[in-house]
Amino acid sequence: MLKTFRIGGIHPKEKKISAGKAIQPIAIPDQVIIPLSQHIGAPCQPVVKKGDTVKVGTLIGKSVGFVSTNIHSPVSGTVLKIDKALDASGYKRDAVFIKVEGDEWEASVDRSPELKKTCDLASGEILNKIAAAGIVGMGGATFPSHVKLTPPPGTKAEILIINGVECEPWLTSDHQLMMEKSDEILVGTTIVMKALNVQKAIIGIENNKQDAIRLFNQKAKEYAGITVEPLKVQYPQGGEKQLIDALTGRQVGSGALPISVGAVVQNVGTVFAIYEAVQKNKPLVERVVTVTGKEVKQPCNILSRVGIPLNDLIGVAGGLPETTGKVVSGGPMMGKALASTDIPVTKGTSGILIIPTLEAKRKAMKDCIRCAKCVSVCPMGLNPTLLMNLTEYEVWDRAEQEHITDCIECGSCSYTCPADRPLLDYIRLGKGKVSGIIRSRKN
Amino acid sequence: MEQKLIVSPSPHVHSGDTIEKNMYNVLIALIPAFLVALYVFRLDALIITASAVLFCVGFEYLIVKYILKKTPTVADGSAIITGVLLAFNVPSDLPLWILALGSLFAIGVVKLSFGGLGNNIFNPAIAGRIFLLISFPAQMTTWPAAATAATTDAISSATVLGNLKLAPEALPSLQAMFLGTEAGSLGEISALALLIGLVYLLWKKTITWHIPLSIMATVALFTGVLYAFDPIALYHPLIHLFSGGLMLGAIFMATDYVTSPMTRKGMLIYGVGIGFVTVAIRLWGAYPEGVSFAILLMNALTPLINNYSSPKRFGEVVKHA
Amino acid sequence: MSVLLTAVATLGAIGAGSAAILYMVGQKFKVEEDPRIQEVQDSLPAANCGGCGFPGCASFASACVKAESMDGLFCPVGGQDTMDKVAALLGRTAPVAAKKIAVVRCSGTCDSRPRLNLYDGASNCTIASALYGGDTGCSFGCLGLGDCVDSCTFDAIHINPVTLLPEVVEDKCTACGACVKACPKDIIELRKQGPKSRRIYVSCVNKDKGGVAKKACDVACIGCSKCQQVCPFEAITIENNLAFIIDDKCRLCRKCVPVCPTSSILELNFPPRKETPPAPKEEEAIVTA
Repeated sequence: MLKTFRIGGIHPKEKKISAGKAIQPIAIPDQVIIPLSQHIGAPCQPVVKKGDTVKVGTLIGKSVGFVSTNIHSPVSGTVLKIDKALDASGYKRDAVFIKVEGDEWEASVDRSPELKKTCDLASGEILNKIAAAGIVGMGGATFPSHVKLTPPPGTKAEILIINGVECEPWLTSDHQLMMEKSDEILVGTTIVMKALNVQKAIIGIENNKQDAIRLFNQKAKEYAGITVEPLKVQYPQGGEKQLIDALTGRQVGSGALPISVGAVVQNVGTVFAIYEAVQKNKPLVERVVTVTGKEVKQPCNILSRVGIPLNDLIGVAGGLPETTGKVVSGGPMMGKALASTDIPVTKGTSGILIIPTLEAKRKAMKDCIRCAKCVSVCPMGLNPTLLMNLTEYEVWDRAEQEHITDCIECGSCSYTCPADRPLLDYIRLGKGKVSGIIRSRKN
Repeated sequence: MEQKLIVSPSPHVHSGDTIEKNMYNVLIALIPAFLVALYVFRLDALIITASAVLFCVGFEYLIVKYILKKTPTVADGSAIITGVLLAFNVPSDLPLWILALGSLFAIGVVKLSFGGLGNNIFNPAIAGRIFLLISFPAQMTTWPAAATAATTDAISSATVLGNLKLAPEALPSLQAMFLGTEAGSLGEISALALLIGLVYLLWKKTITWHIPLSIMATVALFTGVLYAFDPIALYHPLIHLFSGGLMLGAIFMATDYVTSPMTRKGMLIYGVGIGFVTVAIRLWGAYPEGVSFAILLMNALTPLINNYSSPKRFGEVVKHA
Repeated sequence: MSVLLTAVATLGAIGAGSAAILYMVGQKFKVEEDPRIQEVQDSLPAANCGGCGFPGCASFASACVKAESMDGLFCPVGGQDTMDKVAALLGRTAPVAAKKIAVVRCSGTCDSRPRLNLYDGASNCTIASALYGGDTGCSFGCLGLGDCVDSCTFDAIHINPVTLLPEVVEDKCTACGACVKACPKDIIELRKQGPKSRRIYVSCVNKDKGGVAKKACDVACIGCSKCQQVCPFEAITIENNLAFIIDDKCRLCRKCVPVCPTSSILELNFPPRKETPPAPKEEEAIVTA
């Protein structure tokens, strides 16, 4: 029997219509906008000013603080200005506007396509390179990778888990990357294993990607310590805690980090970026983005530079359909609905999902009938309807006791609710409030 | 693109499950029991069921529209279920005016005065049935003999449970109880038909196994232990399982979403509680039947059970491999 | 007869016994409380709104009794009268505080601030603001989902169905500050109510640059500083492209109102102006303090 996580979970209809579509390039427009906040944590400090010329790979934003990371220019050209621009957060934030001229790369970047298998660097050097290249978790969380790969003092990583699950029903960017860059991902895995000093890595792939499972099973034999584990299709298996549970049977406790059970999880996209950064000196300036949706003419997977407007990507996929009601950055379960398509691709843009109006509108909320379906699907074993009520009535101490802060915002509860209640909307609100209360109590 | 984009927090897809779907699944699951009733009680079954549904839906519509002044939500199907369940809980020759009173109490008092579907504390059909049982004990406890029974002149006959204490020698065969050819309330008689409904509900994932099976297991175990010490008909586990309102109660009324606990653990506590109270009333109480009282009692305890039975949380027991 | 007597005697004995136990327990666990706390509490409005900063009227009353002076203690609901009464009870004097009222600093109606997208989440401002800037081009303005309305215990703030903006009912607002805390966009502010309820304020919180703000909303403050230049009392500050009128300094001369190119400065409850707007000579302003 295939492994999976043990509590809750749902099985949304799979709509991987862009699967198997080769990763295609996209033309670089005349101007790009590079947000200075593309990761969780403090925004970057810009290190360029108006009129500066930049090449692909030139550092333009410097990391400030511990949880933060560098940003590099994805194009060559001239800096127009540093100003506020709308990004996927829904707010206007600082960004670098660059006028594109040609496509000249920094000399240090090795652009040859050869696979470079060996890496002689020590653990610390690898981490420095990863930090310098501005790599973040590319599954969507955008947590700076070098921080995640530096276990806090007193903890020791025992096992590396590579997340090739891609449990969001529509997305295929990770899948396609696995099919086209399997060797690079495997070499990247060995590099991360070296950085963490662990001997064992498991690549978890959901069973709906048979071709990827076969390919990796065959290729992983050449690499010591790496195994491939097919997983039962179940959402949210891509969640860090769920994936660790599925693969190792260990459950990370409430409020604890994966390292507490000796595990470190990295997304396949991140591992590929780490390979390029360490072996090829290439900073993170481009990523694979799935453009898909029920009425999209040509669903596709695009290798896009950071900063290219989503409009251009949608254009490659055949343009915005007439019936468009909602555009989501990311997948349908955890992605973010956008108020405008005139925003740039960032390091965390895993996909663009276009939903027709008829399916985009939520239905009117009804009274809770206490069917407890939300309770049975919650992968964290919480009671979503209770948490929603506690948030509505602002009973924060009880919400804390009910572990509202454990919520991973997977949306399984809202997805399931037959009364169409916006459970996650409220739980997210309550989670924020309770986390704030806990923080202020610690200070 | 002229159209405005819709923006909302995630998730952006929905399972498509609705309250109506769940309610109509319950109704579908009740069809086998209704067919048996139709076969056994002929036209009476149809008249009683149709009138009860009509009364419940009608009262709900009128009260919501003219007293609460809101948009009626009868289409959600919950009033229909209340009507059917109420009909299944009464003798097939109950005067219609009594049935109307029961419907009014179930819908008006038990359901709508608490705020309608989702907010009621007690299952409306159960409370309606108990209201009628207490108010009209004579009419509620004389059952017409099954039209299919061999006896031609039988006008009324006692139920299995009625005979259990008084006249154990008059018990029908277990097979009759299982198939539903003995006397009894409209929808209660055939355990088999109700079990088919249970299988359907489990298959459709409308309910989980926890409540019905824990009730049945408790009843079987409790009476089974007594039977082991003293093998008389009064303690026969199968008689208790197949007779009276146990199957109907365990499968359709105790599992009412609104009035049952929300966690697996809570459901088990609730089910075991119903099982115990049912058997206790049946064996030692003044009434021959105890399922509805047991459910009513456990309904009242549901908020308490919910409060003290949290779901099993992720990482609660941290495993160190 | 003896049965009756026995019954009466037993019940009487049980009653007496219980009463004795109750009395003893009552004595043992008696909490000594300053009787003035109850007196103070009786003179409070008993709204339990928390506007004073304490969880309810009872805790405010005990804080009043325990405090050395009445500084910093103010019941916004009861106002000056109540505070004078409380102070008198405690043999102190209450500092004079100006009556305040909530003002909504956003005038972005549907006409002046076109909707660019449709919000379809839970009807809650805090949830919407965590998601994005809002359904208009202005990411600072009112979302119109009514967190302030929900927070008000006095029914003093309502969403106008036409403008989709909240409006404060002057007679009912007690300046408890609940709406100020509830608003995730910090749009609502407590300002001096002013003589005859006359007050002037900048009805905008947009910190974008002028052009950007103006594009999003016709009545946005563009930070042009014309009002600042015309103000004779230095009551207007401009920070982050946004003007703000300090109500302690404002003397309600109304000069800033006509010079605002976007009409984002509002004057409330003033008599209609004479038809001579460009007459900046009358220096003595309407001061009725």
